[in-house]
Amino acid sequence: MAEYQNIFTQVQVIGPPEMGVAGVPGHEAELDRVGHGRFSAFLGWLGNAQIGPIYIGSLGFASIVAGILWFVIVGINMLASVDYNFAQFVRQLFWLALEPPGPQYGLSIPPLNDGGWWIIASFFLLISVMLWWLRSFRRAQALGMGYHIPWAFASAIWLFLVLGLIRPILMGSWSEAVPYGIFPHLDWTTAFSIRYGNLFYNPFHALSITFLYGSTMLFAMHGATVLATSRFGADRELEQIVDRGTAFERGALFWRWTMGFNASAEGIHRWIYWFAILVTGTVVDNWYLWAVEHNFAPSYEPALGAGGFAPAPAATPEIGG
Amino acid sequence: MAMLSFEKKYRVRGGTLIGGDLFDFWVGPFFVGFFGVATFFFAALGTILIFWGAALGGTWNPWLINIAPPDLSYGLGVAPLAEGGLWQLITVCAHGAFISWALREVEIARKLGMGYHVPVAFGFAILAYSTLTVFRPMLLGAWGHGFPYGIFSHLDWVSNVGYQYLHFHYNPAHMLAVTFFFTTTLALSLHGGLVLSAANPQKGEPVKTPGAEDTFFRDFIGYSVGTLGIHRLGLLLALNAGFWSAVCIIISGPFWTRGWPEWWNWWLDLPIWGN
Repeated sequence: MAEYQNIFTQVQVIGPPEMGVAGVPGHEAELDRVGHGRFSAFLGWLGNAQIGPIYIGSLGFASIVAGILWFVIVGINMLASVDYNFAQFVRQLFWLALEPPGPQYGLSIPPLNDGGWWIIASFFLLISVMLWWLRSFRRAQALGMGYHIPWAFASAIWLFLVLGLIRPILMGSWSEAVPYGIFPHLDWTTAFSIRYGNLFYNPFHALSITFLYGSTMLFAMHGATVLATSRFGADRELEQIVDRGTAFERGALFWRWTMGFNASAEGIHRWIYWFAILVTGTVVDNWYLWAVEHNFAPSYEPALGAGGFAPAPAATPEIGG
Repeated sequence: MAMLSFEKKYRVRGGTLIGGDLFDFWVGPFFVGFFGVATFFFAALGTILIFWGAALGGTWNPWLINIAPPDLSYGLGVAPLAEGGLWQLITVCAHGAFISWALREVEIARKLGMGYHVPVAFGFAILAYSTLTVFRPMLLGAWGHGFPYGIFSHLDWVSNVGYQYLHFHYNPAHMLAVTFFFTTTLALSLHGGLVLSAANPQKGEPVKTPGAEDTFFRDFIGYSVGTLGIHRLGLLLALNAGFWSAVCIIISGPFWTRGWPEWWNWWLDLPIWGN
């Protein structure tokens, strides 16, 4: 009964480090990689043991500098909020925040200590993230690969921009943006949900959660299928895409026999790509009342709910959506 | 019919756990087996019971159908059908169907000479469901602590139970679970994107190799986990998301009854801070 189950790497073979493939014409000279490649036995248990080399380049350098500036500005503001007491900084770290400006400032530039630093820090974070996106595009370009990763990254950036830039501008106030801080951003999330009644009734939130859980389920299914057929070479996915072998035939049949449907070696990656990308949001002022109005909020026995959830729809002044 | 071009040679007998050759056949694309019959039985019975519960509930609006667990006064006893007994039977059927489905996956894996990673992974999802509907209600002493079966009613349950602990985002296991969910999705998009970008390169370029995949990620972030490693990493992240979800709810109530923000006071009260 003791059969081989691929869980971790049992024997690690160390050869000369791979220094990377050449760039496509026009990008050969650009690929000045930094470092010679080191090996970590710890990482080797899970996947490749090799760390580096890395390509930095001007975009990467500028992005890292801007990111460090954001990080340091946030950190020093948190440190200032505990009067530069380092012990209290460590003690209260999860509670500390760099908050956006108050609502009285609208979209104007506030004093430094009243949200001005938040604007400056956010500016550097925006620069850092956008340069890192350009970098992802340029790295794919240099190797002649498709632009799937930059576009997937762009979907995450879209959420980042909606939260910190687009929605605050549409709402007319920087105070709408998310604070920097561990617990403070969680407080923001809960306050946001309560303000709109109950964010679970936002249909786009429901879709987003479905794709989040769906992505996790798909990665468990895909990861498990490939590991379970790894002794047939399932991890060589690109070869299985252009020349299907027994590994992906077995993986496909596993799902066909289990649930009556299967993807191909390439198709599964299209499924997971779109599941991971589908994140979105929208604006309605109270999602619970919106659901009541459109007749899909449940009602309960009086013992469970009378008046406990929200006023009846007739009592509401305005319902958007 | 329903057979892929390469499928015939894989349709061999054997590998079943129970029943020998008795149920060792296919219906269309589906493998049956003893556990296929068991899954069908529990799924069909559970679905019928759900329709029964819906018929008692007074609405056929799919968003509003709600089959609630028994009142807390029934404790861990059996409730009359219309008073939560249906919820109890549906829960039994769901467990029967899910566990049979996992064992059917084991039989299919054995037929195909595969490892057991998929049924083990599915086991984590079943564990999370059992935690919500069986383990936590048992620890709290009443089936009424299970979540109701309904689209928006189960969301209300999540919302209400969350606010019972004032602010569920401060639950440390919930923090881990959410982090794992987001990280899984990040890794998934990177994996899907990388494979598609290598298989669908720029115009005029040949299909790329795993060497190019590794090179892209080393250029980009200094590390590539590799073609095998990404599937281990993804499975590990996904299973952790499910596992810590189960942990975050089982500790809420049975092991911590106050607001979750208060839980963090142990850190603030450590004797190491001076003054």
